[in-house]
Amino acid sequence: MKNAVGREIPEEALAVELKNGRKYEPYQGKGYRDGKYIKKAGPTSKIYQKPQESKLLPSIRDAIIATGLKDGMTVSFHHHFRDGDYIVNMVMKEIVDLGIKDITIAASSLGSAHDPIADYIEQGIVTGIQTSGIRGRMGDVVSHGKLKTPAILRSHGGRVRAVEEGDVHIDVAFIGAPTSDEYGNARALGGKGDCGVLSYAVPDSEYADKVVVITDTLVPYPNFPPSIHGVNVDYVVKVDEIGNPKKIASAAARMTQNPRDLMMAENTAKVIAACPWFKEGFSFQTGAGGPSLAVNRFLEPLMDEKGIKMAWAIGGITGPICELQRKGKVGKIIDVQDFDVAAIEDIRTNPNHFEMTASEYANPANKGAFVNKLDFVVLAALEVDIDFNVNVITGSDGVLRGAPGGHPDTAEGAKCCVIVTPLTRGRMATICEHVVTVTTPGDCVDVVVTDYGTAVNPARKDIIEALDKAGIKHVPIKELQEKAYSLVGKPDDLQWKDKVVAILEARDGTILDVVREIKPYEN
Amino acid sequence: MELKAVGTAGTLESSDVMITLEPRDSGGIDLTLESSVLNQYGRQIKAEVLASLERLGVKNAKVIVNDHGALDCTIKARVECAFYRGCGCDMDGRFDWGGVIR
Amino acid sequence: MSIPRPKPERFRLRRTMMFMNAQKPGLIKDAYIYGADSIMLDLEDAVAENQKDSARFSLYHALKEIDYGNTEVIVRINGLDTPHWKEDIRVCVAGGCDGIRIAKTESAHDVQVVDEAVTEAEKEFGVEVGRTLLMAALESPKGVLNAVEICQASPRLFGVALSGGDYRKCMQVKVIPGGIEMLFARGFMLNAARAAGIQCFDTVFTNLNDDEGFRAEVKQNVEMGFDGKSLINPKQIQIVHEMLAPTQKEIAEAEKIVRAFREHASEGVGVFTLDNGKMIDIAFVPGAERVIKLAKASGIYEGDL
Repeated sequence: MKNAVGREIPEEALAVELKNGRKYEPYQGKGYRDGKYIKKAGPTSKIYQKPQESKLLPSIRDAIIATGLKDGMTVSFHHHFRDGDYIVNMVMKEIVDLGIKDITIAASSLGSAHDPIADYIEQGIVTGIQTSGIRGRMGDVVSHGKLKTPAILRSHGGRVRAVEEGDVHIDVAFIGAPTSDEYGNARALGGKGDCGVLSYAVPDSEYADKVVVITDTLVPYPNFPPSIHGVNVDYVVKVDEIGNPKKIASAAARMTQNPRDLMMAENTAKVIAACPWFKEGFSFQTGAGGPSLAVNRFLEPLMDEKGIKMAWAIGGITGPICELQRKGKVGKIIDVQDFDVAAIEDIRTNPNHFEMTASEYANPANKGAFVNKLDFVVLAALEVDIDFNVNVITGSDGVLRGAPGGHPDTAEGAKCCVIVTPLTRGRMATICEHVVTVTTPGDCVDVVVTDYGTAVNPARKDIIEALDKAGIKHVPIKELQEKAYSLVGKPDDLQWKDKVVAILEARDGTILDVVREIKPYEN
Repeated sequence: MELKAVGTAGTLESSDVMITLEPRDSGGIDLTLESSVLNQYGRQIKAEVLASLERLGVKNAKVIVNDHGALDCTIKARVECAFYRGCGCDMDGRFDWGGVIR
Repeated sequence: MSIPRPKPERFRLRRTMMFMNAQKPGLIKDAYIYGADSIMLDLEDAVAENQKDSARFSLYHALKEIDYGNTEVIVRINGLDTPHWKEDIRVCVAGGCDGIRIAKTESAHDVQVVDEAVTEAEKEFGVEVGRTLLMAALESPKGVLNAVEICQASPRLFGVALSGGDYRKCMQVKVIPGGIEMLFARGFMLNAARAAGIQCFDTVFTNLNDDEGFRAEVKQNVEMGFDGKSLINPKQIQIVHEMLAPTQKEIAEAEKIVRAFREHASEGVGVFTLDNGKMIDIAFVPGAERVIKLAKASGIYEGDL
């Protein structure tokens, strides 16, 4: 069956069973579930009525045993420690050593720090993966059909919806925390490996049957105000190290010096400034990648010129937006993740820099997330096609190596979603006829800025009019794609086997696309 | 002009390709291709390398192509350079621009 | 596949001439996107001694296969004191570049030697004789002092450029804010170029972190009368274009002159007075036309001339 972005969704994918019995549907277009209802799936939570001094257990192994984790269950993790994370590997090693099998990992994201999980997939111990990001060896083995069930890939907002709706049921959540007290009140500041916020772990703490907090820094009770509340936590474990602090908080994100990125960033800022929402009190989100990050720098003089300020900025936070706030040009920063030490330092000290939960950030099924009030979002892409569909998950070889993250959530929510990407990367045409995999549907993408020109989604007549009025040139996206192919040649189609290895969920839980097992290239 | 020794040109940088040509007496062209864009452009890269070798009159050689997303114009340039280096040509000699180099 | 290039124009707008290493595929494939009037693919300093051959192959195919559009494509060849320059010229002509930048020019003879080699190559490769333009880079006191003869050395020559790095070394000076160390060279070269009726370009500004210093230098270039500047980074392009752009007042005046002259010329009148009392004759027209051209290139001209 073809969905609303023209992708064939096979029966095999539509038949995948969700925990709550909900039936998959193909993607129906943006806003499809608006106004409908969900029944939230609450956890089965243990009662601690008798006074208890401490929830501390001596080891991760003891915690796993105490939770009663069994074959066939689902465990969850968050990705605030990014490439510095030790938690996933430590916990999974103990689970495997205990002989527990048929495990599904439901993480907010997984990265290249988690290569060892690839072995457990190949050994058939890990049989399900539900995540936003999948990279490195794990991406490789899943793309080669080694995972028993199709991986389910969701946006950050889509994951919260899936957890709350019960599409996935978390049996045990393992939550790494920079600090915790003996009752599991956990914070992201004050430890050895601070990550600033724990936003993505909050739904897990509320919806998992059992919750284990793992920290390397125990602090006196009560560790307040907490990101993860002790009332939701069963056990606390202290380990030597939760992660590599240098990789948890990378050095301050530096402004790119790449002239191509700078040119695209400047043009993106001009597009934003030409739109009617660029006025006193506007809201903004941008990514941490080279050109997206540099937009901050070019936006500032345009704000000055017009004499306006930004009311709030959200998203993954980096130094440059904090700096803009220190200059008095941003009202509040509402933070779901910190990408560099500058952002972490800022939330530690700045009273107008707040932590929010993943649900507040992007959940499409709550009563109105931040993204729904967002004016502008600037995003990157691996590929964009002539229907404005975006791919941020599969590489040009068809292998899984990315993450939808907040991309589809902010794209649908924001009044103006700008994708900034070079026309080609090496020999890969970024603007192409058909993306390998649709991760953000074209009906949510409004403007594409490249080093060879800007294209506006024809559905956005208002933006076209605004750009024309400001004298900003734009071309049909088809023209950009043709230019790209004239430079690099038309790519051959990728060769796939039949097996579906991953399902790309839209944020509302319908199916946007599937990824099939890649056929090795034959010389 | 004949390939007498191993000739190499290019780098492993992005958008470049490293070509190594090794002469042999028989057996035709034995091409090994590694590329960051193998699945989408492997066929075209191979065709470009073989066409250049044919123009240059190379019939028997071991050819190693290590590509990092080079465009056709770069592939040709590196094959030609590797060839003339393998022939032991004077680098400032008079080359056949527009002839076999095209 | 071969991209046809229009016949090079000897006197065109050359506000910005950006250097690019001809050996780097990632750079030369689309160097035109930043909007420089000219790009200079470099076979000289940017290319290591043992890669001179490799750079020529890259250059040849780039010239043949990359569509540089309206961007002028100049190639900087190796100096006449090296074994490389002759083959550099052959590949430039065979590839069909618009012009050649002669490094380390010290005399009219240097230009003439290159001119002859270019003519020979044009005949060899079936290119219209005279098509390939030349520019001379002055990089030493000797070159600067011979600027007068150099500027008049060839009908192919469209301009001269100062190359500050080597010149400063010869003069035993360093970069001084305000440019006192270059004042004579700049001024003398400008006079020689104007006397010969060719263009004149200033040297590169290498401290990419010093935006203020760059702007100050460009401002001085404009005030001294340079046509343009050699650049090393795309981010410098827009700054030069902005600072070279005429003011609305200048544009309005230029428009008046051009229109009035056209009107009067058709009536056979050569000298006339503008409404502000200014006496105008034919000598004012090229300047006025240049202002209009600059305004158009800067994207600020909305008239219909």
